[in-house]
Amino acid sequence: MDPIHQFEIRSLIGEGPLSFTNSSLFMVLTVVAIIGFLMIGMQSRSLIPGRWQSLAELSYEFVASTVRQSAGNDGMRFFPLVFSLFMFVLFANLFGMLPYAFTVTSHIIVTFGLAMIVISTIIIYGFVQHGTKFLRIFVPAGIPGFLLPLVVAIEIVSFLSRPISLSVRLFANMLAGHITLKVFAGFVVGLWGALGAGGLALGILPLAMTVALTGFEFFVAFVQAYVFTLLTCLYLSDALHPGH
Amino acid sequence: MSGSDPETRDEGKDVSAEGRDLQERLSKLDAALKKAKRPGKDDARSQSSMAAGAQGMALALRLGSEFAAAVLVGAALGWFLDQFAGTRPWGMIVFLMLGFAAGVLNILRSSALNKGTGSTGG
Repeated sequence: MDPIHQFEIRSLIGEGPLSFTNSSLFMVLTVVAIIGFLMIGMQSRSLIPGRWQSLAELSYEFVASTVRQSAGNDGMRFFPLVFSLFMFVLFANLFGMLPYAFTVTSHIIVTFGLAMIVISTIIIYGFVQHGTKFLRIFVPAGIPGFLLPLVVAIEIVSFLSRPISLSVRLFANMLAGHITLKVFAGFVVGLWGALGAGGLALGILPLAMTVALTGFEFFVAFVQAYVFTLLTCLYLSDALHPGH
Repeated sequence: MSGSDPETRDEGKDVSAEGRDLQERLSKLDAALKKAKRPGKDDARSQSSMAAGAQGMALALRLGSEFAAAVLVGAALGWFLDQFAGTRPWGMIVFLMLGFAAGVLNILRSSALNKGTGSTGG
């Protein structure tokens, strides 16, 4: 009945910080599911795609068009990274919708790790490709000299807040959604226990809400994966073209 | 209709009577359809408003997290600066304000992005 209980990390194999936890298990499951999905999808490789092949091609096209639109054609060099991120977040979110499953993305350290992958890619690639010119992303054009220190400081804080907002958004959406689901589902049982048969009849209301919220959570799972991908592409486009 | 006029004029009376009948039936059907449709229309509207509400909520969460993240980063930077440089409390005051400014900048950027006009970098 405790709505937080579902996020508890339990060690399955081993002890201490390097143990294999339920979180690790679901990460492995996520990756295996993605690989399985793509392998099955690409098995036939027919000109007229079957169901699975259409799905695999659809996910490719979707991510590819997002990358092209927001990071330009040069952005396609980051396509493997972006596609992996999108599929991982999407599958982890959808795995969380299964009953008794663990939601990997509802832990901030996981989403923060993903965000740090993105930000370190941007910083490393930016410096390798543009050298110190990369620092121009902190200096907007057309700013009078006396305002420059202030604006640069603000830009730096704004840049540093990117991994935080990227990770907090995904984590908070998944956490809040799952807690809401659990609370509303708990009302059904709680009403039954408190009021007996009348409570069971009254419990239809939170049950209906739970059904609606489940649908909404599927929507959120997809939208958050998409937002994560989209912002990754936008940040990557900064690394490709610093200082417009 | 007007192209086939000369031919239909011969049996004009019959046609017009039939036509009137048809007109009547059509208008009746129309009214009935309208009556039947009204609740459905409301339903569609409420559904679309729900979808708009969901989109609005997603946008609000996004903008809120952008703003909050910048403020948090500003505060954290200021705090660490104070710890290492011993400038308490000035680092935190200054960087918190910078964080607020950066938060507003983040929001402006992502809402401009939402309209599909602006770009990320300044």
